[in-house]
Amino acid sequence: MQFKKAFIQTANGFRQFFPVVLGTMLFLSVFIAAFPKEMYTSLFGGNKFLDPFIGAALGSILSGNPVTSYILGGELISKGVSLLAVTAFITAWVTVGIIQLPAESLMLGKKFAITRNIISFLSSIAAAAMALITFSIISV
Amino acid sequence: MTKNFLEKIRGENLFLLAATGACGVLAIFSPGLAKNAATEFFSICVKIIPSFILVFALMFAFNLFSDSEKIKKMIGRKAGAKGWLWAIAGGIASSGPIYMWYPLLADLKEKGTKDGLIASFLYSRAVKLPLLPVMIFYFGAALTIIINFYIIVFSAINGFLVEKIIKNK
Repeated sequence: MQFKKAFIQTANGFRQFFPVVLGTMLFLSVFIAAFPKEMYTSLFGGNKFLDPFIGAALGSILSGNPVTSYILGGELISKGVSLLAVTAFITAWVTVGIIQLPAESLMLGKKFAITRNIISFLSSIAAAAMALITFSIISV
Repeated sequence: MTKNFLEKIRGENLFLLAATGACGVLAIFSPGLAKNAATEFFSICVKIIPSFILVFALMFAFNLFSDSEKIKKMIGRKAGAKGWLWAIAGGIASSGPIYMWYPLLADLKEKGTKDGLIASFLYSRAVKLPLLPVMIFYFGAALTIIINFYIIVFSAINGFLVEKIIKNK
């Protein structure tokens, strides 16, 4: 009986969030098709202060398997993009979700979703900066 | 009539309707792009199935075995340092797309979990233990360890700030 109750409860939860996941996947597919990966490198201008923000912004918009972010990050470094910008990019890739924001708002509340994403965006730049400062101290 | 219709359908269905509508418009004005988007969509569908099963199993296990009082004690409003550790460890252990975890987190929130702990969980997901070798390949071992260390530190900071800001709003 407990088993059946738990199953119905889970199925109801799933039924509620299924349209949200499906909608997010549709938006995501359109975005990935519209903006091919080759376009990303051209967004970075070489500015020491602006590039980390661009990296974090790009990581916030893009989504997918984190491995893709590492591969893209490696490509960006080889094209001369700063390590700080790339680190902010790979951190924001997983922690911030602009495309998922409507889904997050529906499931966890609008106030929570907006606050969390803004703080995560800033944290991704701060974490990248701290990581590189530490790395440069250790490397000396 | 349109207003009545919009009032009847729930937010989540409206979201799906908007996404489907956007794809429909795209198919009319740019069939090539719509075709690429459809290919991308099916590729995401295939990749997402294991995560779907995992989240369903976890939610089912939570509903079957969870005791609201125990959960409240572990990661509820009055959970101490252990609550933060549980949230961060859970985030690191979780896999699959971020949106797959929303229903489970919404469930936990309903059972009394703090907003800050949910934020910490979502931030610490950036640490991907199975993918560390790939990260080391691209960024080197030292930088990989340092980045992941700071992600863990910032997931706690993140949770703390979200909790403070939401409480004060």
